[in-house]
Amino acid sequence: MNSEHNPIEAYPHWWRLLFGRFTLESLPLHEPIVVVTFAVVALGGLAILGALTRYKLWGPLWRDWLTSVDHKKIGIMYMVLGLVMLLRGFADALLMRSQQAIAHGGAEGFLPPHHYDQIFTAHGVIMIFFVAMPLVTGLMNFVVPLQIGARDVAFPFLNNFSFWMTAGGVVLTMMSLFIGEFAATGWLAYPPLSNIAYSPSTGVDYYIWALQIAGIGTTLSGVNLIATIVKMRAPGMSMMKMPVFTWTSLCTNILIVASFPVLGAVLALLTLDRYVGTNFFTNDLGGNPMMYVNLIWIWGHPEVYILVLPAFGIFSEVTSTFSGKRLFGYASMVYATVVITILSYLVWLHHFFTMGSGASVNSFFGITTMIISIPTGAKIFNWLFTMYRGRIRFDLPMMWTVAFMLTFVIGGMTGVLLAVPPADFVLHNSLFLVAHFHNVIIGGVLFGLFAGIYYWWPKAFGFRLDPFWGKVSFWCWVSGFWVAFMPLYILGLMGVTRRMSSFADTSLQPFFVIAALGALLIACGIAAMIVQFAVSILRRDQLADLTGDPWGGRTLEWATSSPPPAYNFAFTPMVHDGDAWWDMKHRGYERPLQGFKAIHMPKNTGAGVIIAGIATVFGVAMVWYVWWLAAISFAGAVAATIIHTFNYDRDYYIPADEVVRTEDERTRLLARAVANAPAPAQA
Amino acid sequence: MVLLSPSGDVALQQRNLLIASTVLMLLIIVPVMALTVAFAWHYREGNKKAVYDPSFHHSIGLEVVIWSAPLLIIVALGALTWLGTHLLDPYRSVSRISASKPIVSSVGDPMVSGKPLVVQVVALDWKWLFLYPEQGIASLNEVAAPVDRPIEFRITSSSVMNSLFIPALAGQIYAMPGMQTRLNAVINKAGNYEGFSANYSGAGFSHMRFTFKGVDEGDFSAWVDKVKKEGGSLNRADYLKLERPSEKEPVRYYNAVDADLYDAILNMCVDRAKMCMHDMVAIDARGGGGREGINTVMRLTYDKAVRRGTGATQQATFVTALCTPADAYGFGSTSAANAKAAAATPRLN
Repeated sequence: MNSEHNPIEAYPHWWRLLFGRFTLESLPLHEPIVVVTFAVVALGGLAILGALTRYKLWGPLWRDWLTSVDHKKIGIMYMVLGLVMLLRGFADALLMRSQQAIAHGGAEGFLPPHHYDQIFTAHGVIMIFFVAMPLVTGLMNFVVPLQIGARDVAFPFLNNFSFWMTAGGVVLTMMSLFIGEFAATGWLAYPPLSNIAYSPSTGVDYYIWALQIAGIGTTLSGVNLIATIVKMRAPGMSMMKMPVFTWTSLCTNILIVASFPVLGAVLALLTLDRYVGTNFFTNDLGGNPMMYVNLIWIWGHPEVYILVLPAFGIFSEVTSTFSGKRLFGYASMVYATVVITILSYLVWLHHFFTMGSGASVNSFFGITTMIISIPTGAKIFNWLFTMYRGRIRFDLPMMWTVAFMLTFVIGGMTGVLLAVPPADFVLHNSLFLVAHFHNVIIGGVLFGLFAGIYYWWPKAFGFRLDPFWGKVSFWCWVSGFWVAFMPLYILGLMGVTRRMSSFADTSLQPFFVIAALGALLIACGIAAMIVQFAVSILRRDQLADLTGDPWGGRTLEWATSSPPPAYNFAFTPMVHDGDAWWDMKHRGYERPLQGFKAIHMPKNTGAGVIIAGIATVFGVAMVWYVWWLAAISFAGAVAATIIHTFNYDRDYYIPADEVVRTEDERTRLLARAVANAPAPAQA
Repeated sequence: MVLLSPSGDVALQQRNLLIASTVLMLLIIVPVMALTVAFAWHYREGNKKAVYDPSFHHSIGLEVVIWSAPLLIIVALGALTWLGTHLLDPYRSVSRISASKPIVSSVGDPMVSGKPLVVQVVALDWKWLFLYPEQGIASLNEVAAPVDRPIEFRITSSSVMNSLFIPALAGQIYAMPGMQTRLNAVINKAGNYEGFSANYSGAGFSHMRFTFKGVDEGDFSAWVDKVKKEGGSLNRADYLKLERPSEKEPVRYYNAVDADLYDAILNMCVDRAKMCMHDMVAIDARGGGGREGINTVMRLTYDKAVRRGTGATQQATFVTALCTPADAYGFGSTSAANAKAAAATPRLN
């Protein structure tokens, strides 16, 4: 913190006019860790840019990916974004775990509080907003239209724009590492600490604008997927014939649309407090910081269900497919999902029982929280009885599912424990809490996403992932998780609170060292996963999926080729059953080989990249108080949006002969699959 | 593990509730985990002896069990929660000294254990100030209380949110500026216990720790005497110096504490130039200061940023007068001195 003087005072007036509060001192040249990181990132970035130029890939990259409105490609881009940011968020985790393993009994470790506090804030923000959210949105984007037999989402351009807004938030967050600083407030930036009086630097502003810009993208993508699911299902697919993953996606997107505007509003109020001196959340002049805490959790609690519901959907699909059985209790699964969706709005106060609410208020929110465990428990039982009398194939997605079931119930139990207010009074903000939410977010959301990635990867790329390296990664991750977080449960019971950068008590050190070893195991898991991706890409011919249905799937995405053609389905399928593809296979469905027509498709557009790019520039300008640039970029974003509305060249037809060519190729691949091997899996 | 073997009766009851809830939930968690492993093993593809029944996907009986088993557990847990939350409400005076010792009425009884010891707590950047209104003393980063006598903490903060937590004594409660929270507890065993802030509050947070001394009644009097003997004064000016951010402060004692200091801290008017919140609230309750009231805005602003040392924030601008077409500079209703002040940009530091 610039406590003594503000370096900007030394700069001439024209500099301030031109660059706002940016000064050369804003570059963290005095922090060796950051400088080395910057060097590595810059070299890596240059290598990628060089390779793109060398192999003349700029054109294809722009035409086929960045401007694409194809939901499959946008889904894949979300996944890449999320996985890259996982590396950043995990690097922060490693720094924290090593700091806490070292800084005991007077030792201050290698991270001063000023740096450490930014790291735990960035870790939380990145893991939730820029890892979990893109991965969840990416999977929904890729899978939902395929599962409901649609050719794309309802608003293809909006989809592209949503992705780039999310990417804009990522750019701002990453920028804060090298220019200025990130918030040092904790991931929810509670005022008064996050107010200008106590956090005058750029940190909280980066936080605000990154989340605000990414939040717009998330909200719009929620609108898009709701419209897609409600309006674009294949004929015959009534609501109660929808695949469970589509159901959970629907509920998640309803939660997004209902809760993200609250986040936007509360951040806007904080912005006003910080920029124009209003007093919504200040200590004085009638401001009330607790109002912020209420509002942010009215968004924040549904957010955890936004993340975990799609994971539940993935587990349902995986359990059913790999047990070779219809999902047990489909209807109760759907009702459980809907009940969770509604109840998730009635529990937010359990995040601050300790702020002095009365006993009746606390009891109410404690009990509503516990009630959520009933439908969640019902879901676990449903997966259990799906496995019952099944014939379970332990491929990677199923391994992750079983690991989830054994891990998540513990996290659920500690969660219900934290919902008992008197217990929360001793466990609130402790490492027990940290262990709990990592237990449900890693054990629930992340394991689910991994199951989903392994399950749908062959669909996206036409080849399976190498099982050997996948198993190495699986065992490192699962054991790493337990080794990293069980000590934190114990430390929590020892009364250790979170967000500490050093500890006086040396008797705690062994537990932190064990936790750090767990983090290293997880690092091995991530490394094995990267190796797995590389090995699988190299061996893609051996791992190829020619049939489009490598797992004996049950839902419509397995009815088309891997990867699916741009138009997904040459003919829109007719649905007669919940497990539509399984039903088609059983009724002896014959794939049509002729009669193809030209297919009407949306056209790619650069507008999404451009508008989101301008919005990101606006964010940077606001963070640094460069008012002229903020004004121009804001006007520019509005103008670009209006100009885009005059673009009438939005669609095109895939000519019939191209459809015929694509489908003939699939016919050949299917014939080769039959010749190559006996039936791959029972249908 | 201090939470599992605490030394105060409130923390002990919280521990008991924690264990009871865990056991209650394990009733369902353990069978689920066992069934998961059993089903995963038994119905593996390689086990051809296992029954394979792909048509089994619905059973009313099982559904009833699936929904009602968790429901029953939650009903039991909910009842436990309702009772526990009310009995252990931190705002409620403790209802017993310990399981074997009821509260002794102070009426006509030489023992005064029923009357709680009041301790006012202020979370500062980054240290803890404890004021004893009855004894007229205060201490920094150390608090003492007699064994088996109820304690009532009244808690506020000077700048940002913190959380007062003494794990061996009782659960935590937030310390928030401009607000007062309460915590009732009792310590049953003599000893030195750790206390700290359990809510992140900025750079000095990790060192925001203090010692809670549970002492016998006699030793408590001795401690009070020691504080009276060794302590310095703590008036408003001293407090304004003390509240400036600092880390790793040693234990300090104060024997002459302004009687209205805690009230001034809570109402954010230790600086006499500032209007107290309760006055502000009283004015607002009567309909506010009207148009003229706007001239007092600067007096309402409790500017902590400067004292906290974060310093160079943007200059806040304030309305100090209103202009009308007849009085374009807003000088009309104010005195000449005020007009001069209004014309200059108000600076707070």
